[in-house]
Amino acid sequence: MTVVAMQVNGKQVSADVEPRTLLVHYLRENLQLTGTHVGCDTSQCGACVVHVDGKAVKSCTVLAMQAAGALVRTIEGLADGDKLHPVQEAFKEHHGLQCGFCTPGMIMTAVDMLRRIPKPDETTIRHELEGNFCRCTGYHNIVKAIKAASEVL
Amino acid sequence: MYQFEYHRPKTLDEVTALLARLESPKILAGGMTLLATMKQRLAAPSDLIDLQDVTGIAGISVDAKNVTIGAMTCHHDVASSKDVAKAIPALAYLAGRIGDPLVRHRGTIGGSIANNDPSADYPAACLGLGATIVTNSREIPADDYFRGMFETALKENEIIVKIVFPIPQGAAYQKFPNPASRYAMVGVFVAKTAAGVRVAVTGAGPGVFRMTAMETALAKNFSAAAIDGITAPVEEMLQDMHASSEYRAALTSVMAKRAVAGVSA
Ligand SMILES: Cc1cc2nc3c(=O)[nH]c(=O)nc-3n(C[C@H](O)[C@H](O)[C@H](O)COP(=O)(O)OP(=O)(O)OC[C@H]3O[C@@H](n4cnc5c(N)ncnc54)[C@H](O)[C@@H]3O)c2cc1C
Ligand code: FES
Ligand code: FES
Repeated sequence: MTVVAMQVNGKQVSADVEPRTLLVHYLRENLQLTGTHVGCDTSQCGACVVHVDGKAVKSCTVLAMQAAGALVRTIEGLADGDKLHPVQEAFKEHHGLQCGFCTPGMIMTAVDMLRRIPKPDETTIRHELEGNFCRCTGYHNIVKAIKAASEVL
Repeated sequence: MYQFEYHRPKTLDEVTALLARLESPKILAGGMTLLATMKQRLAAPSDLIDLQDVTGIAGISVDAKNVTIGAMTCHHDVASSKDVAKAIPALAYLAGRIGDPLVRHRGTIGGSIANNDPSADYPAACLGLGATIVTNSREIPADDYFRGMFETALKENEIIVKIVFPIPQGAAYQKFPNPASRYAMVGVFVAKTAAGVRVAVTGAGPGVFRMTAMETALAKNFSAAAIDGITAPVEEMLQDMHASSEYRAALTSVMAKRAVAGVSA
């Protein structure tokens, strides 16, 4: 076991874990931040997307130890108190979710996308979502929500 | 995943020393391939040596002749580099078509070239541009480096440090992505270089290869029409659940023609 420390959603955290612990399990099981989901565990679905040092990554394919010392942001760190982040607000407004399983990953990917590409067109949004699967919505409203968020951000 | 010890050295010398000392160590770059393999228990290294803090092995530099990319440079950095886009636009384009944005934020060129997946994209750019793979002990021309499915000229514990791509007169990459994984079902890289035309094909065969018949035809007449009727050997193509060997051979011709048209454009 090794002590792994990092900053998560602005707070300094640490936990004693095995070197093989994945970042997603560190977040969910050691920090009880269960907003980050595990859909496939094989880097396909994007349900586990979080930001590490400002970049969106699949946390099921990152070791907690690789993120030691990093700045991590999860879905729990997006809202400002009771005020939802504009991308969260847009997903709510445009029905960008049904069961909600893919949503944390979708939103973290979308926030990262809009950081890099402030005004994406629909084709760009769809390409940028290639690493995030949704089994419910058919993507249409997700794309709409991201487009709408880009207009207010 | 089996247990292992984790190391995060800061210099190449420390990496070399660890590799020599430890029982069955493996280098960890972006982890996009290695961690997946370890989860499936197809690999069980005693130790992982994470390269993320090692100095001098990440980053991009461009001079009049070459684009040099450090092994630990992630796909996203290559795809979004203005310098790469100016010197070898086809290389930036290729990097931006690897997997998805999340994979591109972690996956590295060194990891991709070391792994040499038969459907990976970077091997096509290395072979198509006649790149040099620079390791901690020597320089290996791409023509000698790729040895078929997951096989390379790397010796045990040899570390890729950077890849040097000579800037061509023109180049283009076209791939038909597997709709699920985005790996190349077939990808063709065509380059017009000072030393002649080069055509490298990935995804189609058991490893990246050059289509010399196309190169000869294109040297005489650089147009899509010139390679009409030149097909990849069906019996040497891969065959799996995604595509038959006939389909891959046909795709090779189509992607090659599109790439040639892309260079001329
Ligand atoms: C969902 C998904 C989609 C993908 N789609 C594509 C795609 O479309 N096209 C494509 O080309 N690839 C694709 N990939 C693979 C991706 O490009 C990986 O980045 C790449 O295969 C491995 O790079 P890595 O940095 O993650 O290496 P790692 O997984 O860390 O390492 C891979 C291997 O290389 C060795 N290694 C790493 N660095 C070095 C070095 N400097 N010197 C010597 N050995 C080294 C490691 O020991 C290991 O054996 C995809 C991956 C995923 C998960
Ligand atoms: S759980 Fe990480 S990509 Fe599916
Ligand atoms: S809303 Fe159910 S998987 Fe996307």
